[in-house]
Amino acid sequence: MMEAFSTLDTLLLGAAMVIVIFAIGLLYRVAEGPTMEDRVIAINGVGTNTVVVLALLAVALDQPGFLDIAIVYAMLNFLASIAISKFIVERGGVL
Amino acid sequence: MTPIEWLAVILIAGGVFFSLVAVVGIIRLPDLYARAHATSKSDTLGTILSLAGVALLLGTNVTVAKTVFLLLFMLITNPTAAHAITRAAYDQDIAPWTTEEGDS
Repeated sequence: MMEAFSTLDTLLLGAAMVIVIFAIGLLYRVAEGPTMEDRVIAINGVGTNTVVVLALLAVALDQPGFLDIAIVYAMLNFLASIAISKFIVERGGVL
Repeated sequence: MTPIEWLAVILIAGGVFFSLVAVVGIIRLPDLYARAHATSKSDTLGTILSLAGVALLLGTNVTVAKTVFLLLFMLITNPTAAHAITRAAYDQDIAPWTTEEGDS
């Protein structure tokens, strides 16, 4: 059953929805990007948007556990970017 | 809604606006380096504004500390990741986008 959301929760869910649409827009650059680095930067942006969506949902749905997932997601996002940038240079652009 | 909630909504609206700026920049700018510029500044600011709004809404729990930690973490790591990727691209001799030959 749907429970009634307050005005604030509705606003937060709307903001989360808009940011999800932005992440879908970023997927254009992931598919199109001429170089590997373009794709990595766009994926980094998608991860950042995901962190914001998780934080907004933690408040809107009243589930503080989502914040822990957001922290872990931010760390993984950073680690993936650093690792891929190292990998691209050391392998001489095979990726 | 209380004034704190209005302030949080205004902060989150600003965050959504700067995320929109970052997305438009990544899709429309001509070059890898310009796109890294868009994602490292606009996206970081949008993230920080949104997370500050969330931290205001959480009241006084230990979750506020988590959100502030997340905010500081994003503030430090997001530009760092963009810088690392851009430096990798520069080491790989990807030429920056310029205007016509000879024009400054």
